[in-house]
Amino acid sequence: MTTNQISSVVAGLDPDLTERLVSSNRGSFGSNALKLGALVSAPLVLAVAATNAFGAELPAGIVDVLKFALTLEHIEDAFYRSGLEAKGLIPEKYVDVFTNIGAHEAAHVAFLTAALGKDAFERPKLDLTAGGKYADALTNFDTYLTLSQTFEDLGVAAYKGQAANLIESDDILTAALQIHSVEARHAAQVRRIGGKPSWDGAFDEPKTKEEVLAAAKPFLA
Amino acid sequence: MNTNFRLSRRHVLKWSGAAATVAVAGSLLPNFGISTALAADLGEGDIGVLNYAYALEQLEAAFYTMVVKSPYADMSADETAILTDIMDHEVAHRDFLKKALGEKAIGDLEVDFSAVDFTKRDSVLGTAKVFEDLGVSAYNGAGKLIENPDYLLAAGKIVSIEARHAAVIRDLLDPDSISPSGGDIIDKNGLDVVNTPAMVLKAAGPFIKTAFTANSLV
Repeated sequence: MTTNQISSVVAGLDPDLTERLVSSNRGSFGSNALKLGALVSAPLVLAVAATNAFGAELPAGIVDVLKFALTLEHIEDAFYRSGLEAKGLIPEKYVDVFTNIGAHEAAHVAFLTAALGKDAFERPKLDLTAGGKYADALTNFDTYLTLSQTFEDLGVAAYKGQAANLIESDDILTAALQIHSVEARHAAQVRRIGGKPSWDGAFDEPKTKEEVLAAAKPFLA
Repeated sequence: MNTNFRLSRRHVLKWSGAAATVAVAGSLLPNFGISTALAADLGEGDIGVLNYAYALEQLEAAFYTMVVKSPYADMSADETAILTDIMDHEVAHRDFLKKALGEKAIGDLEVDFSAVDFTKRDSVLGTAKVFEDLGVSAYNGAGKLIENPDYLLAAGKIVSIEARHAAVIRDLLDPDSISPSGGDIIDKNGLDVVNTPAMVLKAAGPFIKTAFTANSLV
C-alpha cells in the first residue's frame, strides 16, 4: 500500500506507544488469568490516552469506526465483567475461559480508548437484559451463553463490515483485523460450550454499522 | 509467547504433534532455495496477495482432505464432523480464490505432508493448529497489502472462519481451557498474531514442493 499519513504519525510518537499500537508482539494472560479490574487500570495503554497525538490526527471516518468499535467493546467488557461477578452463574469449569475472554475485551476497550484519545468515551449505561427480554441474563448460564455468542458473532460481523473504511491506515486496519480474529476465536469457543456448531458455513458474513447498532441498541440503556 | 517459527542454520523440520515446531532457515526471501528464474512468482499487488492466500488455502485443503480420507485412530464422531466441515471450508476458500484470480491464478501446488503422521491424533491436530493459527496470522498481516475493498472484505470473510477453526482445533487439543480463545498467543492489547508473507511462507515452505516466490509481497 502507498505511504500513508497515519504511519508517519505513528513514527513520530513515543516508540513505546508505536510498539503497542503497531506491533504483533505477543504476551499472555496466562492460566492464572488476570482480574478484569487490573487490566483496565493498566498503565500500559491508559497512560498515553490523555495526550494522544495518534488520536488527534485520525481522519474523521476512522474516528467514527473506532468509536463504533469502542461501543461494542464496552458492551462486551461489561457483559463479561458482570457475568464473572454474578455468583454461581458461570460453572467453575468455565471460569478461566470467561476470565480470559473478558480480559481480551477489557484490553480492546483500553486499546481503542488509547487510539481514540480525546474522542474516547467511558462505558455507556447498559441494560444487559435488553429491557427484560433476557431477564435471566445474569442468573441462567444458558441465557448468558446465548448472549455471549450474540455479542461475539456481532463483533466479528461488525469489524468485518468496517475493514474497508480503515483501508487508508495500515496500522489501524491491521489492529482491527487482529481484534476481529480474536472475536471469532471467542465466538467459536462460546458456541462450542453451548453445544452449537462453531460456524455457519465456509464464509463469515459482514454486517453494516446500522445493522450492528440495531442489534446492540436494546442493550444500551 | 508461543511462536512456531525459529531460525536455525540449516533447513530443519521438526514436527511432532502438539509440540509442533517448524524450524527453517535460508534467506529472508521465501523462495525455498530455488532460483528465482525457475520459480513462478505470486505476482504483484492484489493479485500477489490473492495468490498468496490461494497457496495457503491449497495447502490447508490438501491437508484436511488427507485427514478425512485417512482418519487417525479412534477419531470420534464429533471430530469427524468438525474435520469434515473444515475440509469443506478450505476447499470452498481455495475454489473461491481460484475463481477470483481467473487466469492469474498460480498452478496447483504439490504438497509434502511426509512430516505428519496421519495415524496419530496428536500429529494431525497439532499440525492443524499450526496451519490455522498460521492462516489467521497470514490474513491479518496481508490485509494492509490489499488495495481493493472487495478483496479486503473477501479476505475478512475467510479469516474469521480460520480463527473459528483454530479455536475448535485448540479445544480438541486442550478442552475448556483458555487455549481456544488464544489465551497463550493474544497480546496484552487483546490483539491476535500478525505475520508477514515472508514469515508465513517460510513456515509453510517445508510442506510445499512447488517452487514459487513472493518477492513482491513485502
